[in-house]
Order: sequence, then structure tokens, then C-alpha cells
Amino acid sequence: MARRAGQHDGAQVALLAVIALGGAIGAVARHAASLMLPVASGDWPWATLLVNLTGSALIGVLLVHVTARPGRHRLLRSFLGIGVLGGYTTFSTYAVDAVTLVAEGRPVLALGYLAVTAVGAVLAVAVAVAVTKAFGRTGRGSQ
Amino acid sequence: MTWWWVCLGAAVGAPLRYLTDRAVQRRLGAGLPWGTLVVNVAGSLLLGLVTGVAGQQTGDGALVAGVGIGLCGAFTTYSTFAYETWQLVEDGAAASAALNVLVSVLAGVAAAALGLVIGQLL
Repeated sequence: MARRAGQHDGAQVALLAVIALGGAIGAVARHAASLMLPVASGDWPWATLLVNLTGSALIGVLLVHVTARPGRHRLLRSFLGIGVLGGYTTFSTYAVDAVTLVAEGRPVLALGYLAVTAVGAVLAVAVAVAVTKAFGRTGRGSQ
Repeated sequence: MTWWWVCLGAAVGAPLRYLTDRAVQRRLGAGLPWGTLVVNVAGSLLLGLVTGVAGQQTGDGALVAGVGIGLCGAFTTYSTFAYETWQLVEDGAAASAALNVLVSVLAGVAAAALGLVIGQLL
């Protein structure tokens, strides 16, 4: 495929740069959460659960705003959605935490953790979207 | 140094997720959110490997903080996984949504276990 104009490359570099910066900020917040909520071996991974549920709720809020105004602030929403929230939430720690719990002889806890996170995260998105939409309607209605 | 390793790893992992997601999605197309599935399973395998190799050592160096917490953490995502699953439900594809959760979780956990076992052997 032929290379496109330099402007396109510049936009792509800017996009990757804001995603990198957002990812670093999100990962630092996740690491801070894991230090504030240390989990003993064989225990329920509270920090990862909290991070994944709050991150899922926040992406619901963000994407309602994006859908309401398509095409606006592309860099900002990639920074927040793909960068910050993507770096903040994690699937790999979730999977490794579950395997570690099984290895520590807590298979039921592992299954419960897997299910609660998955169902909880999808519900967090649903609730966040519904609440954000409701607030958006009230906001516009009062104007 | 730990924080810098986390930042550095995540600054690589997040754009890598975006590029991988797009490349996979272009090849496999719609139906299930394959891009997110691929990054989450691949990242789980890598973190399993890192955890297996690092063993009991409390790592704050390049391997655990940089590759584990930073890169694997930012390369994989739960927020996009949850959002895409919810979107399938909204689009009336509840079966696809359930399948997405089931396949992602089973493949992710299997990949993490495989990585751990291989890592411990290394």
C-alpha cells in the first residue's frame, strides 16, 4: 500500500503518543490502588476488582459523551478511553490472580472472583451509561 | 524506580494494544470483538510467564514492574472488554455477549496458567 501524506503520519504519531501517555497515567493509578489495598496470598483480589469495576463504569460515562457528540475531540477521547482507562484496567492480572488462587487451593474463590468481576464490570457499564444518559436529558431539558 | 518501570511499560503496552486491536479487527471483522480478545489472551500468557519466572521474588525492577505491571497491565484491558460485551447485549446479540465473556475468561485463564507453568520451568 502506498504511503499517505505526512499529515496522516503526523496524526497517527500524535494518536499513539496520547495513548502512550494516557496508558502510563492509568497504569500508575492502578499500581497505586494495588499498594493501597494490599492483598494477602489466598485472599480475594480487592484492588484489581475495584480498578476493573470503576474503569468499566468510567468508560460507560465517557462513551455516552462521545456518542452524543461524534467526531469531536478524537485525541482527547483516545487519550481517556484507550489510554487512561485501558491502562488503568487490566485483564492479565485478573487472569493470573485467578490461576494463583487455584494454585493456593482456593478454586471456588477463584471461580467466584472470575464471575463477579465479569458480571460486575458489564453491569457497571450498563448502570453508568443509563445514569449518564439520564443526567444528559435532565441537563438539556433544563436549558 | 518501580514507578518509572510501570510508566515505561504502560507507555509501550497501551499503544501496542491499540495497534494490535486494529490489525486483528481488520482481519477477523465483526461478530465478536476479536481484537480485545487477542490482546487479553496474549497479555495473560505473558503475565503468567513473567510471574512464573519472577517466582517469589518481590520484583520492583524491569521484569515485574516494567513488563508485568506496566506492559501486560496496559496491553490488556477490562474496560473495553466490558463495554464491548455490553454493546453486544444492547444490539440484541445476548448470545454473542455471553460467548465473548466465556471465551475471553476461559482462554485468558488457560493462557495465564500455561504461562505460569512454562515460566516456572525456565
